[in-house]
Amino acid sequence: MSALSRTLTYGLLAAVTFVLLFPLLYAIAGSMMTPQELASYPPVLVPRQPRLQSFADVLRAIPLLREYANSVIVSLCVAAGQLLTATLSAYAFAFLRMPFRNAVFAVFLATMFIPWEATIIPNYLFMADAGLINTYGALILPFLAAGFGTFLLRQFFLSFPRDLYEAALVDGCGHLRFLTTILVPLSRPALASLGIYAFLQAWNQYFWPLLVTKTEEMQTLQIGISRLRDIESAVAPNFILAGTVLALIPTLVLIYIGQRHIVRGLTAGALRG
Amino acid sequence: MEAASSERRAGTRTAGRRLAAGRRVEPAAFLFLAPSLVLFVVFIFWPLLRTVYLSFHGSDIVGRPTIFVGLDQYQLMLSSPTVRDVLANTFLFSLMTVVPSLVLAVVIALLLQQRIAGIGVFRTLMATPFAFSVATASVVFAIFFNPGVGVFNSFLQLFGQHPVGWLTDPSRALASVAVTTVWLQLGYCVLVLSAGLGAIPEELYEAARLDGARALAMTRHVTLPLLTPTLFFLLVVTTITSLQSFGQIHILTRGGPAGATTTLVYSVYVNAFAFGNSNFGLASAQAMVLFVVVLAVTTVQFGVLERRVFYR
Repeated sequence: MSALSRTLTYGLLAAVTFVLLFPLLYAIAGSMMTPQELASYPPVLVPRQPRLQSFADVLRAIPLLREYANSVIVSLCVAAGQLLTATLSAYAFAFLRMPFRNAVFAVFLATMFIPWEATIIPNYLFMADAGLINTYGALILPFLAAGFGTFLLRQFFLSFPRDLYEAALVDGCGHLRFLTTILVPLSRPALASLGIYAFLQAWNQYFWPLLVTKTEEMQTLQIGISRLRDIESAVAPNFILAGTVLALIPTLVLIYIGQRHIVRGLTAGALRG
Repeated sequence: MEAASSERRAGTRTAGRRLAAGRRVEPAAFLFLAPSLVLFVVFIFWPLLRTVYLSFHGSDIVGRPTIFVGLDQYQLMLSSPTVRDVLANTFLFSLMTVVPSLVLAVVIALLLQQRIAGIGVFRTLMATPFAFSVATASVVFAIFFNPGVGVFNSFLQLFGQHPVGWLTDPSRALASVAVTTVWLQLGYCVLVLSAGLGAIPEELYEAARLDGARALAMTRHVTLPLLTPTLFFLLVVTTITSLQSFGQIHILTRGGPAGATTTLVYSVYVNAFAFGNSNFGLASAQAMVLFVVVLAVTTVQFGVLERRVFYR
């Protein structure tokens, strides 16, 4: 590569990275500025005297820690539920003999192609009839099983040496014991991918939690953050940015630590076949 | 020909296995599948049927179905100009998010493919948008679009242009929401494309190089053709995601100004849940349209993927 094209490549890369990073940099810098600094023209990009006042303000204005807890509880339950249901069903598809196996698998795949929004009205009515509106139940129950998880784990299980499975069964190992003592420990990478994927999906949800939560105490973090604007709209964007930065911490940590797993989970669908 | 005969051979093998399967059915299979199946029926299949049912009925003021109205709700969608605008907005929004996302993602993924020092740092940093949810991204972009303090107007001012109402001008609002969406999904597109690029065998580049191909020709004749399956997958996924977009519209524009950003999903929300509307009949008909469109897009994907998109 010539010196010119190398410089050009670095320049382009730097520009693209800046654009992709800008909202995060802006949120962090803005959350530590005074309202005057943030509103000044020409725009200031680095706070002269970083202050943490906005973080204290936002924690006082909304029950942010409670919303944090709600999001963690809901996302962990959804991830755990999907890991459990998907492991069981993927095991059945990969190892067990049964009639109509392909047809049943097709039913599982079909769930991936039905947009949640197409079923959201009856699901809302169901939750209302069951008295589950504004409870964790409404936030968690519909997402405990997903066709994608079964698909992902089945692929992984199918690559498992068949001989090992048969040997274990010949030795009198039951399905449940084989599953818990041999298969699950050996499938940890795939399970981690699915777990992180399901957690992030639940964590990022917006439409459904908006519908089924009615009080601040039951709101998830996403809803709480979006409502910051209603509290002090254009008056203090640095206040909104402080809340956003607090909300971003767990996902930022997760993507830098678990990037490998996330990549695998996200691209699993892309590279099949 | 070869493919057909190998398929037939594979067919016999499966048939043989199925024969064996008939002899020994493991009851455990049903137990293992039951939790997922029960959840699917309760929260996906049964609600889908109920959406169909609701879409053929009128709604009283609290939203309970009243009389059977046949296809009236669907007809309303095509005849009422405001409801028809919703379909146009949805289509435009998909176009404005999908095309820029894919084009930019290809350019970025190709840039990240360069073997130069420090490329790993760029790759890691570019994953940052993943940390954002629809809500957090929309909240930050709402500040960017702010006519007074927003960076977009500061940028215009830099070039002596007049400030613009990014979210309040009906001719700009949909594009502004699209910009937010493109930023939000660009990281994912780059990631998938990078994985696709990594799967292209090195020998092909080697062969092209021996044939005297230069960098640009190599990109055009080797990389892009082999990337078509990945691109096609992304096309389908981003189309479906854009059709389902809701949070950014709800946070940035509430479907306005004057309905300029009301897409199909947002309209479902407005008709069913906002302002005590409870028009579940019309909203269900719109939800069914969404379902059919998503199904069509996915079917096309499978149909085309079967025939292989790249030319080897």
